[in-house]
Amino acid sequence: MTIFYFVAFLSLFFAVMTIVSKNPVHSVLYLVVTFFTFSIHYILLNAQFLAVVNFIIYMGAIIVLFLFVLMLLNMNKDSEPLKSVLVKVMGVIAGMCLVVTLVASLKFMHTSPALEITNPEIGLVKNLGRVLFKEFLLPFELSSLLLLTAMVGAVLLGKKDKKKI
Amino acid sequence: MLDLIWLIPLLPLIGFLINGLARNVIAKNVAAFVGCGVILFSFIISCLVFNDVYDARQLGEPASFTIPIFDWFKAGSLEVSLSFLVDPLSSVMLLIVTGIGFLIHVYSVGYMKSDEGFNKFFSYLNLFIFFMLLLVLGSNYLVMFIGWEGVGLCSYLLIGFWYKNSSYASAGKKAFVMNRIGDLSFLIAVFLMFFSFGTIEFDGVFSQAAGSMAGDTTLVLISLLLFIAATGKSAQIPLFTWLPDAMAGPTPVSALIHAATMVTAGVYMIARSNIIFTLSPVIMDLVAIIGLATALIAAAIALTQNDIKKVLAYSTVSQLGYMFLALGVGAFTGALFHVITHAFFKALLFLGAGSVIHAMSGEQDMRSMGGLSKKLPITFLTMLVGTIAISGIPPFSGFFSKDEILAHAFVENKLLWVGGLLAAFFTAYYMFRLLFLTFSGKFRGTLDQEKHLHESPGSMTIPLIVLAVLSVVGGFLNVPAALGGSASLAGFLAPVFAESTALAAPFHLDHSTEFMLMAASVIAAISMAVVAYIRFVKNTQLPAINQQRSFLSNLSYHKFYVDEIYDYLIVKPLNALSVFFYRIIDKNGIDALVNGVGKGINESGKGIRLLQSGNVGFYIFLMVLGAVALLLYGIYTV
Amino acid sequence: MFESIQSVPLNHYILFCSLIFSIGVIGVLIRRNVIVIMMSIELMLNSVNLLLVVFSVFHGDASGQVFVFFVMALAAAEVAVGLAIIMMVYRNTRSIDIDILNKLRW
Repeated sequence: MTIFYFVAFLSLFFAVMTIVSKNPVHSVLYLVVTFFTFSIHYILLNAQFLAVVNFIIYMGAIIVLFLFVLMLLNMNKDSEPLKSVLVKVMGVIAGMCLVVTLVASLKFMHTSPALEITNPEIGLVKNLGRVLFKEFLLPFELSSLLLLTAMVGAVLLGKKDKKKI
Repeated sequence: MLDLIWLIPLLPLIGFLINGLARNVIAKNVAAFVGCGVILFSFIISCLVFNDVYDARQLGEPASFTIPIFDWFKAGSLEVSLSFLVDPLSSVMLLIVTGIGFLIHVYSVGYMKSDEGFNKFFSYLNLFIFFMLLLVLGSNYLVMFIGWEGVGLCSYLLIGFWYKNSSYASAGKKAFVMNRIGDLSFLIAVFLMFFSFGTIEFDGVFSQAAGSMAGDTTLVLISLLLFIAATGKSAQIPLFTWLPDAMAGPTPVSALIHAATMVTAGVYMIARSNIIFTLSPVIMDLVAIIGLATALIAAAIALTQNDIKKVLAYSTVSQLGYMFLALGVGAFTGALFHVITHAFFKALLFLGAGSVIHAMSGEQDMRSMGGLSKKLPITFLTMLVGTIAISGIPPFSGFFSKDEILAHAFVENKLLWVGGLLAAFFTAYYMFRLLFLTFSGKFRGTLDQEKHLHESPGSMTIPLIVLAVLSVVGGFLNVPAALGGSASLAGFLAPVFAESTALAAPFHLDHSTEFMLMAASVIAAISMAVVAYIRFVKNTQLPAINQQRSFLSNLSYHKFYVDEIYDYLIVKPLNALSVFFYRIIDKNGIDALVNGVGKGINESGKGIRLLQSGNVGFYIFLMVLGAVALLLYGIYTV
Repeated sequence: MFESIQSVPLNHYILFCSLIFSIGVIGVLIRRNVIVIMMSIELMLNSVNLLLVVFSVFHGDASGQVFVFFVMALAAAEVAVGLAIIMMVYRNTRSIDIDILNKLRW
């Protein structure tokens, strides 16, 4: 139980660091650590497959993408303009409103603080695979189409314009 | 022949359609042929119908036939059908309308020959005859109202026939608007009739009215409203100023509409509704007084006018006053008799004036005429006949009809008789003045006009001759018993006025008194004729163009400033009110409201547009706020 | 190891995920660098993923975790396309400051 609270605290800390650090490269690195903590959360819930998938996709692919783009754009601390203080304060207040609302809704809902893990079998690869290929076959195929589209789109967008004479 | 009665109005309608729709394609001859031909056929059928009614009257029957044509509409308890009523009164009117209408159509062929709107003119004339026939033949007030409004419309169309002249068009508009005031009154009277009696058919209304007391308020109201309608249509005080201005139309129009037929519609309507009027003695007195006042004032105005058609117009108003005077004293037959004889000699006078104007190449001012009797012999002779007839000199027709009216007026109230005699003095004087100024002495016009003087063609002179003959012999329709006659017209028309005659005070006038009255009017006429002769023929010094007038003469020349008074009292306030409504209520009020809505949306759009700053961060901020708001809403309502 | 999380109340999980989500929202609102904004969006997606897994474990239904799988695939695709767009924008305007990229204004 304490593990959960400790890991949760780490996630929150590093998430806040992500959004407040001035250097975008630092932000990316803090994001990596946040994702790592999230993977630990998944393991705690016995969602093993998802933990590994999270590790691979997010930390392996998406963060690498971010880092590549940052390097291409040559971002460093100097060229990062910041918003005015007023806007920052407004943004924080808006976020806090959201938090308060969500918390208040929680209190209103009276969800029973029930305990966890009734069926530890769910998160295993075998079971997950079975559900995936039985009930969710169509979305599975469609998501492959989606990935193809994204790939094609990204390649097209990345091409240089031919010079018009 | 009575079952062919529907042909009588149908034929002029067909003539209107043919001439109107094909006016740009058919030749003038064809249009003239069609236009005159249909009226001739209607006249022939009217003669046959009259024959039937006459035979029935000879047998002593009341000779009143109702011929339904078709059911028009039913609304609640109101059932109206288009049906015709043929009785002595309407058969006589039929003859007048179609007979004199035909003569005037023939005259128009010659008069309007060089006009480019020839075909249109004939279509309008036919349309007018159609509506007038509907008015006369209708067996309920609604069919009569169709004809009533329709003749007003045709009057407008024909007065403003030469529409390119804006003053002529305004004259048409004035006639129409004044007529409409009367129409409104007519309509309210019909509403009141339906409300009180539940029907608007003549026999229904009259039988129910006959059962009421004399002086019943409903009847007083209805008769008052009907009389106001008649003042509008028949140019009595206060709605008479349109008739002199209506002389802007071509002369055959003046002859047909404003002398012989349309203006007598009011007289016809009151004669038809005689029972309602007889049971409202107050209104009868009002009718008589207004009739007499109109006769006097119009005759006074005619004394100093210089335009030949204006003199005749005021003369018409004055003679109509006589007819209303007759109606007011209960002499219904006398009024109808005067309608008939007036139709003869007034149409004759107008057509003769048209002939003179035609010869003078459009000149209408009598001060430029003179000595035309040698160049226009037929016109001169026929107009002489007409002038003698209208002055009431025996044995021409005007004498008999005018005398009957004056005799009834004398019995009713001596003052009315004195007024009528005074108007007879004026009538003789201004008519002979017109005759002498136009035809005697030396020609006072320009050299160009003198070269152009010629007698009118046959199509114009033959109707003149026919009307002159009728003016001479027309009087013998109703020779009074005092002169040994049998009063055949009165006998013919007796069943129409039977109930009124039964209710009214009986007419007793011993023959010696009647002889004296006749002598008085004849002496008045002849003496004024002699005075006019001395003034205008013997004394060749004519009044200069800008003469100094005495006060009364000035009043008469300026038509007693009635038009100016109306303009000041009615037209200007209405204009001011209209301008007020336009500027303040319409422009600033309603327009501002509607435009304001548009402007408001415009302005608010301008304001809301500023939200589109292109700044994505701002958009997301608003999204978050929106999500928060939705969540709060969800929390507190669910 | 699994026994140790038997007693974590569900509300705490929900609270935790809400907090992460809000941190992501604040990150979107206060940063001007487009890339950091995209990272904050990833943060938000992750919080939702976690919550889905929590509930799938809570109800014993595997559909929640399958859904997370799809969400991850989608997130990957979105990042790829989004970063490609940012590259194009940088090529044209030489800036990735979101306050300057306001051409879609009135």
